[in-house]
Amino acid sequence: MLNVQTSEIENRAVKLGTTDGTKVHAKDVNVYYGDKRALFDVTVNIPDRSVTAFIGPSGCGKSTFLRCINRMNDTIPICRVTGKITIDNEDIYDPSLDVVQLRARVGMVFQKPNPFPKSIYENVAYGPRIHGLAGTKAELDHIVQTSLEKAALWKEVKDRLNDPGTGLSGGQQQRLCIARAVAVGPEVILMDEPCSALDPIATAKVEELIDELKQNFCIIIVTHSMQQAARVSQRTAFFHLGILVEEGATNDIFTNPTDKRTQDYITGRFG
Amino acid sequence: MTVETAPMATGTLIASRSKQDIQARIAKRYAAERRFRAYGVSAILFGILFLVALFSTILVRGYSAFTQSAFTLDVNLDAGAFGSSSPPTESDLLMADYTKLANRALFQVLGVDPANRADAKAAAALLSANADTQIRKAVLADPSLIGKSVQLTLLAHGNVDSLMKGQFDRNIPEGRRQLSDKQLAWLDKAAEAGFLAKHFNTGLFTYGASSKPETAGVGVALVGSLYMMLIVLLFAVPLGVAAAVYLEEFAPKNFLTDTIEVNINNLAAVPSIVFGLLGLAIFINFMGIPRSASLVGGLVLALMTLPTIIIATRAAISAVPPSIREAALGVGASKMQSITHHVLPLAVPGILTGTIIGLAKALGETAPLLMIGMVAFVVEYPKTPIDAATALPVQIYMWATAAERGFVERTAGATLILLAFLVCMNVTAVILRRRYERRW
Repeated sequence: MLNVQTSEIENRAVKLGTTDGTKVHAKDVNVYYGDKRALFDVTVNIPDRSVTAFIGPSGCGKSTFLRCINRMNDTIPICRVTGKITIDNEDIYDPSLDVVQLRARVGMVFQKPNPFPKSIYENVAYGPRIHGLAGTKAELDHIVQTSLEKAALWKEVKDRLNDPGTGLSGGQQQRLCIARAVAVGPEVILMDEPCSALDPIATAKVEELIDELKQNFCIIIVTHSMQQAARVSQRTAFFHLGILVEEGATNDIFTNPTDKRTQDYITGRFG
Repeated sequence: MTVETAPMATGTLIASRSKQDIQARIAKRYAAERRFRAYGVSAILFGILFLVALFSTILVRGYSAFTQSAFTLDVNLDAGAFGSSSPPTESDLLMADYTKLANRALFQVLGVDPANRADAKAAAALLSANADTQIRKAVLADPSLIGKSVQLTLLAHGNVDSLMKGQFDRNIPEGRRQLSDKQLAWLDKAAEAGFLAKHFNTGLFTYGASSKPETAGVGVALVGSLYMMLIVLLFAVPLGVAAAVYLEEFAPKNFLTDTIEVNINNLAAVPSIVFGLLGLAIFINFMGIPRSASLVGGLVLALMTLPTIIIATRAAISAVPPSIREAALGVGASKMQSITHHVLPLAVPGILTGTIIGLAKALGETAPLLMIGMVAFVVEYPKTPIDAATALPVQIYMWATAAERGFVERTAGATLILLAFLVCMNVTAVILRRRYERRW
């Protein structure tokens, strides 16, 4: 199932990849909403081809930090970001960097499934089309098919690609959104509580999918479910009140947290 | 402490209350709800009552305007009436005494002796003053008719029309009546013989202004209104949508944009006559566009409609869920692409509805047109938007002030035409909205 796109990504990764396997590197990141400070000096390394989970109570800044990685916070006028975030050693807040190009490299899946009110095919084809990734209709068809296959949705929708994407079930919609993100050929995929609007069966499917996607992508997932973090992630970062309290291998965080707050949170004492 | 005791206190309270107490409270609650519903239903019924009263009045008064009485006569176009030269020259055709031809045909069927001058005058008064024009038109259209006897439908005078429609009281003493006993006898005979009858009134849609009710129509007003609607569409829609998109999506939030927003909302509430004054000062006095031109009217109405369109478009744009924008930005669409590919298509039904409702409002607007001289007696069709024209509501206003009986029904008839246009536009808005509506 290796196709043009994945090999392209691999080439890019080889060309730009860092020696220690770090894909995203953040140093002293602060975020302010107006006068309110939402993140305090977050410094973290996120490895490539693995799943990193951000956990923490509501309002702890994990989503805010996630949205810094594809500069989605730029759309909020009062939001201000300081510090440095690099992807493959490239500063993404460099003024000369094009945000649109960045977002093509860093895909995003949102909390609530948000397919475009267009056909399933158009949903997936939109990204490749605006970035000019396909020269011909056949190439576009190929991208759509492989993206849907990667999102484990192809079998369910291959006979009704022209049906509206909004007519799918919640779980299918979310996988469609993942297919849409994958279709652009990103290096990093950000997922903001992708399963919070889904039932357990759909959640299981998406988690399975995340597990498969990590072979080709750097995945960062924000989740409220600690079980989910434990199930899908290799590394976990715990945020509390805008501070990155602890970050490490998922096993260590859940079995042997070093910080008292982490311990309290994962044992359910607060949050 | 209080937190501990509160649930207990409520518990004992509920327990202490008797069953009757609780039932009484429930009954009271239901009664209040029923009362509230009754208020709502009566308010709606009240509204419907007025609407029915309004429409039935207009209909009862106006339906008769859609028929018009006319004589069907065999007019003998003998060559002698068209001068000596053969074939007759164009000036012969224009100058011929068509009234004489029309009268002769009428006298023949009524059995009136042309030599009896009083009778002849009374009988000639039954034909519309426009009858000669009708014959001339027929002859000019086909000069080969000359020398033949042609059956033509000639308009009857407005008084005859009133009689045919039963709006005429025969019990009034002869001296104070518009039609004498002799004339009534002729007309009764003619109606019985079938050559005086009511026909569908195409003239109502094709004629321009006239002092005679039988030859007055909304044709010129319709063309004027059409020009103005086109001008409103051309100016107000692109400007309004562009302004709304900029304000909603691109403009920074600061004092200036806040001020602009407040002013747009205020402009929507400015009395329309003020826009008329503005149009008079700028378009006519400053820019020198001729008075009464539908261009000026259209521009004034465009200015008036602009705030409505901007507000409707902004509402439609902001109703597009932010998740769609985020989704577009998330796959790497630029701001512009997210707007043109996703936000605007989803906002189209709202924009269309706002535009059509704005247009409908403009179509029915009278006051600003009075200011820019569109209350005009225009007989000729305007060929361009620069020519003098009038508008449908203004035509209604002018007819409402006319004295003749025939104009009363025409006022109501023209109102029906205007209402029909408004209903059509609103139905279009509903259909378009249904058609483009998408769920997300």
